[in-house]
Formats: sequence, C-alpha cells, structure tokens
Amino acid sequence: MREITYAEAIREALRQEMQRDSRVFVIGEDVGVYGGSNGVTMGLIDEFGPERIVDAPISEGGIAGVITGAALSGMRPVGEIMFMDFMTQASDQIVNQAAKLRFRSGGQGSVPCVLRTPAGSGAGQGVQQSQSLENWFVHIPGLKVVMPSTPYDAKGLLVAAIRDDNPVIFVEHKLLYKTKGPVPEDLYMIPLGQAEIKRPGRDLTIIATSIMVQRSLDAAQMLAAEGIDAEVVDPRTLKPLDEACLIASASKTGRVLIVHEAPRTGGFGGEVAGVIAGSSAFYHLKAPIVRLAGRDIPIPFNKTLERRAVPQIEDIVAEARRLMWHDISEF
Amino acid sequence: MMNAVTHKATAPVLVLAPPSEASPSREKRIVMLRRMWLIRAFEEKAEQIFAAGKLHGTMHLCIGQEASAVGALAALEDDDYLFSTHRGHGHSIAKGTDVNTLMAEFLGKETGCCRGRGGSMHFVDLRHGHLGTNGIVAGSLPLAVGVGLSIKMQQRRQVVLVFFGDGAVNNGAFHEAMNMAALWRLPVIFVCENNQYAYSTPVRKASSVERLSGRAAAYNMPGLTVDGNDVMAVYHAVRQAAGRARQGLGPSLIEAVTYRWRGHSKNDPNRYRTTEEIERWKEKCPIKRWQARLIADGIMSEAEVEQVRAEAYQAVEAAYAYAEMSPEACSDRLEGEVYA
Repeated sequence: MREITYAEAIREALRQEMQRDSRVFVIGEDVGVYGGSNGVTMGLIDEFGPERIVDAPISEGGIAGVITGAALSGMRPVGEIMFMDFMTQASDQIVNQAAKLRFRSGGQGSVPCVLRTPAGSGAGQGVQQSQSLENWFVHIPGLKVVMPSTPYDAKGLLVAAIRDDNPVIFVEHKLLYKTKGPVPEDLYMIPLGQAEIKRPGRDLTIIATSIMVQRSLDAAQMLAAEGIDAEVVDPRTLKPLDEACLIASASKTGRVLIVHEAPRTGGFGGEVAGVIAGSSAFYHLKAPIVRLAGRDIPIPFNKTLERRAVPQIEDIVAEARRLMWHDISEF
Repeated sequence: MMNAVTHKATAPVLVLAPPSEASPSREKRIVMLRRMWLIRAFEEKAEQIFAAGKLHGTMHLCIGQEASAVGALAALEDDDYLFSTHRGHGHSIAKGTDVNTLMAEFLGKETGCCRGRGGSMHFVDLRHGHLGTNGIVAGSLPLAVGVGLSIKMQQRRQVVLVFFGDGAVNNGAFHEAMNMAALWRLPVIFVCENNQYAYSTPVRKASSVERLSGRAAAYNMPGLTVDGNDVMAVYHAVRQAAGRARQGLGPSLIEAVTYRWRGHSKNDPNRYRTTEEIERWKEKCPIKRWQARLIADGIMSEAEVEQVRAEAYQAVEAAYAYAEMSPEACSDRLEGEVYA
C-alpha cells in the first residue's frame, strides 16, 4: 500500500468527503491559500474555492460558533483551531452551545460538526501553544473526542467524525503531521468508539494515546529484547471509549500502564484507570495500575526541559520494567 | 475611582427608520396585538406561579418589552430563523411557539417543547425556526453568524435574527460575530434590546458608548436606534434590515430602546433603580400604545381590543391547565438522549 503522511491523510479525508457531500466545508485561520498553519489544508482551496475553504479572522469563538450554527441549519462543517491551546477561546461555543443543543432541545436538533486542532509539545512552541487539553472535552456530555495516532487512523476516523451527527473534537498532534504510514486511497471509515490493539502481548498492557502510541510501540520493541511482551492498546476515540477492549486487555495481562502526554492530574489516564479498576479486570490485576503522563507543569520552552516534561520512550520502558519486577513498596 | 462617562438617565430615543413599503396588513396588525397580550399574560402567569412557590429554577420576564419581540418577528417570514436570550418567553411567543408547549416547558413537563430538558432559558422550537433561547449572554451571536453562512452557502432566501441585550454588546462574542457577519455579508439581523440594565448595571456604567447602535460603524454595517416600545418602529427597522439581508447586502444592527418593568430575575429587589423610573416607563406601555393606534386608525374597536386581551389571558390559563395536567419529565435513559 502507498504511504502518505498524517497531514496528507487528513487532507485526503477532507477532500474526499467534500467531493462526496456538498454540505461539508472547511473554516479556520489561514486554511486557504496558506494551507493551514500545519499545511493540512494545502491546495484544497484550488479544488473547492474560497466558498468552501473559508479563511476566518482570528476569532476562535466565532469559528466554533459558526460551525455550530451552520451544522444546526443543514451543513456539515469542519473547523480548524490552529493550536489546541486556542480552544480556550472557543470553549463557550463548544461546551455551552454545540454540546448542549441535542439534549436541551429534547432531541429536536443535532449539531453535526468537527473541530480539528493540533495538540502536543515537542515543537518548541512554549507554554501557550503546546498543551494537550483533550480531557477537558472528554468531560463534557454531548461531545465526542478523537485522537488518531497514525495516518491510517487519522483518515478513517476523520471520515467517521464528519459523518457523525454530533460535535466531534478531533485532536491531532504536531509531531505526527510528517510521520508516514500506509493509507488506502479509497474512502473508508473507522467507527468512533473502537480501540485497536496496535501490538498484541502477554505480560502487560500499555494503553496510550496520540503520539504516545508510537513511543509505546518503540518501548515495547525494547522491552521484547528483555523478554517482556507488552501489548499496546490505542483507544483512538477517547469518547466514546471502547471500555470492553481495555478491560479485556487488562484482564489478559494483569498489568496496566497508561501513557499520555497531558499532565497527570485530571488527565485521561485517571478515567482509564477508573474504568479498569471498576471492572472485572480488577480481579486479574497483579500490580497497581500505573499512569505515566505529562508532568504537572506548563510545557517549558527549552528543548531539554520540554523533552523532560512529557513521557519519552525510555520513560515508558522504565515504567514497564517497574511494573513487571516491582516490589510492592515502590507504589 | 475613574469618572464614569456621563449619560442621561434615560437615553434619548432616535426614530430613524422610515416606514418601509411593506406595512403589515390589517390582519397582521391584529395578530401583533394578540401576541403582545399573549406575552404579557404569559409573563404575569409566570410571576404568579413563582409567587405560589410552584416554580423550579429561575425566570426572566420581559414585561414592558413586548413591542420589540413582536415588532421584530412580525417583520420576518415564518421560515426565517430566530436566536433568543435568557429573557426569551416573548421572543418564543412572537415567533409562533404554542403557549401550551412553552408553559409546559416552563414547568418542566414531558409535553414541553424540549420535554423539560431545557426549561424556558434553554428553550428550542425548531419547528418554528426558533434555534434557541440562551443562558450565555452573547452566546448566540456567533451561532447566528453560522446560520447566516449556512443560508448563504445553500443559496436560500432566509434571514436569521438574533436578539441580545445591552449587556451583550460588551462581550467579545458580539464583536467577533459582528465582524464576521459584515465581512461575509451574511443575512443576519442583530437586534439589541436595550432595556437599560444588564442585570443591575446600567448601560452608562458598562458601555463606552451611549448609543449602542453606534457599534455598527466599527463593522461597516448599518446601525439604527429605534423606539423599542413602538411596535411599528421596530417592525419597519427589521423589515428594512431583512430586505437588505435578502438582497445579499449583509447584516444590520438595530438597537431597540425599551425597559423591563420587572427585576432581572425572580428575586430582584431593584436596588439599582427608583420606583419613579419604573413608573415612568410603565406609562410608556407598548401594548396600550399599540392598542390606541389600532383604535385611532379604525382597525379595531375598544370592544375588540378588550376581547383580544381577554382571549390572551384565557389562552394562558388554558396553557397552564394543560401544563399542570401534563406528566412530569422523566426518563430512565437520559444518557441515550445526549447524542444524535
């Protein structure tokens, strides 16, 4: 199969969905001629024109409100927020308007829209352009939250998100845009709410999101050399969450390491740990559930400090070893 | 402390809108009176329900503001869209929402338009193009821009009208929305109901300009201030704005200067204004004014006017009876209603 980048996979999903459905349009800052801050929408304006690839002013609340209103009146918009940190500016429209409409209207209407945004550190963008705020949105009933880790998943999940009748927060990762992987040319859909076992294993379960999936796979390879057979599970959709898959994997291996980039306190790992600890998997656990997450600090600018703020491959390896060979006093 | 900008206690009202070519028909004028009375009757009933201790939650009454709701929405077509505010009972009735389903929603009943999930502050009636009241001040303005964009993209002839209060014009969402709507020439009508107070804060203490329609200039769109207690002044202004919008000329900002007779919400001791001020505005009752006009124009007799009033109160009593008899909103599967 041909290989394309994560950014190209997202663009292809947008292009093919826009070709298929005239109600789909893109709106965001610099998404037109410039092609978006990360180049995701590059060239789409040539095919679809400025009417469907809409350059917006720097008005994140406006963008989020516009896609909500447009979705409410017959369109299926895809908004782009340049950095996930800017979602703070858009949050009223997302949280109070888009997420609530279905429920508060007693089921009269729906808001079929997608808001794409890149999260994550590692690009030297500092405290206000590096955050991973996905769990804020996971917390809001009425929203779905998707976090693809590969080009293949990015395309299939975005197609599903666009066709979903609910507001979907589609969280991309800055460092993944240039990563390559096999992606079919045809349209396909990955249903929201379906986790994937990226690497089967017997000894422990690593549940990772976004860029931490690849880091966990790299860690698993190193662990294999030591005789530790790690299973790597990617929820892909944080909400709805494929709880059954996570519980089954935890029950099988009896050891759970959760890895994400966002700070640990209040992070998604707590939710995953709660799901597993509150399920029948509890009786299969051989060790405490461990969360390896971003430190509870803003993302520093300095390259070395920035790297130390979030889990790296060696951190995952170390935590996995600790989980395998632990002494109970270590936890 | 900084000196506040000095304004007169009640701002002068400029009536700038000339009568448009399409004046409402005789029948429509009578419907307008009926809706104004329905709003007044609904609000008074709401007040009674609260006084009787039967209200769960809060309420925001629009007594005294009936003309801006009815005048504005009478100027639109049935399939045009509406966004309303937390003070939205009047807008809903003026848009054609059935008082039975509105009252049932107010009481949290299963027969309410939103099945008791929204309540009157989060009310939606899509069948009538009513896209929602709103608990967030200025929250619906960006939504209206989205609907305007959607109308334009789908090449439909509709317009979207969004109401908001004088408090909303100081929120960032107002400015983002005004800019985008004007930039893209969208069929949006921004109607600011300036009822003089945002909760307890008077316009002069919250806004750097006294004439709120003046904000339109910053976005290169027409801004108009009208007497919000004159139903025809509001009607003509919105009619003009709708005409512009349908021709693809873009949005307008209309400031309807009015006054709310009651407090901000259910328990408001009115510490920020005088009884005299309230009484002065009661003398400018928009309904009495419209009735007098209809009688003077020979459209209705005194007796007919009285009949319309009485029927409105009867309809609201019937709505209350309907709502009271309706089953409480209930469900064991609320989680199943969150997603489409």
